[in-house]
Amino acid sequence: MSVHDLTPITALGATTAQADTVADLTCTEVTDLALASVAARLGQEKNCASTLGKLLGAPPPDAGKATMGTPYTAVWMGPEQWMLGADFGTHEDIATGLKAELGDAASVTEQTDAWTGFDLTGDGIEPVMELLSNINLRTLAPGDAQRTTIHHLGCFVICGDPHAFVRILGPRASAGSLHHAIMTAMKSAL
Amino acid sequence: MIINHPLLGPRDSAEFVYLGDAAMIDRPNPETASPQDWHDYAYLRENPAGEHRELWFHEGGDRSWLVITRNTLTHEISKVEIARDVARKMGRSK
Repeated sequence: MSVHDLTPITALGATTAQADTVADLTCTEVTDLALASVAARLGQEKNCASTLGKLLGAPPPDAGKATMGTPYTAVWMGPEQWMLGADFGTHEDIATGLKAELGDAASVTEQTDAWTGFDLTGDGIEPVMELLSNINLRTLAPGDAQRTTIHHLGCFVICGDPHAFVRILGPRASAGSLHHAIMTAMKSAL
Repeated sequence: MIINHPLLGPRDSAEFVYLGDAAMIDRPNPETASPQDWHDYAYLRENPAGEHRELWFHEGGDRSWLVITRNTLTHEISKVEIARDVARKMGRSK
């Protein structure tokens, strides 16, 4: 078998994104996301923030926040650290592109295949997230993002709208376990 | 027990991992330290009945290291700081 015969598969092992619906809530596997982490280097924090500001069209997000933009979305990970996401189709080389912009102001690490995403859309997100994690989703606002533990896995929860849309980013190697946990919570809560 | 994270607000202590005495930040200078300094740094710890500064790791959260001042008699937490800021105040990471 030569390399060009390889078939790309999703984190759950299929060729197309999996979607599961329980009651009025749908959990959809996210397969079109390119990711890279950006950490400002010591003494370069202002340069890094200003370059990210130009890329995002807004200042990089503060603690517990996300900035949704085009083409880049940024999630706060820690002091002077962010996770940037973009469409995989147009930004598969996201880390290379960001490194070219940021230069010595930041360390950039590709994260695309380290994480997998699940989008929860519809009604009933709050009771599902209450079963899954410590996050009090009812107090979050659109644009909030928290790192938390779901099913013993370190995950990001990005809140598009606490009543209608939440994206969960978790470790890709444990995609099946994370999906199982989400499905169990959805069946239990809804 | 709730830990008031300086950046993220009140978080359940179950999200954190305890490391120990925050004096570990104050590592001896490798250029000047004597073997006795390294021995003391590696092995000697205070064990106070009262206020204690200790390192906690926010593993189930933003992965930050914190310096938490906790009363070992009452478990009351009187101060929570980002360990990075504490280390920089001590002249580290410059």
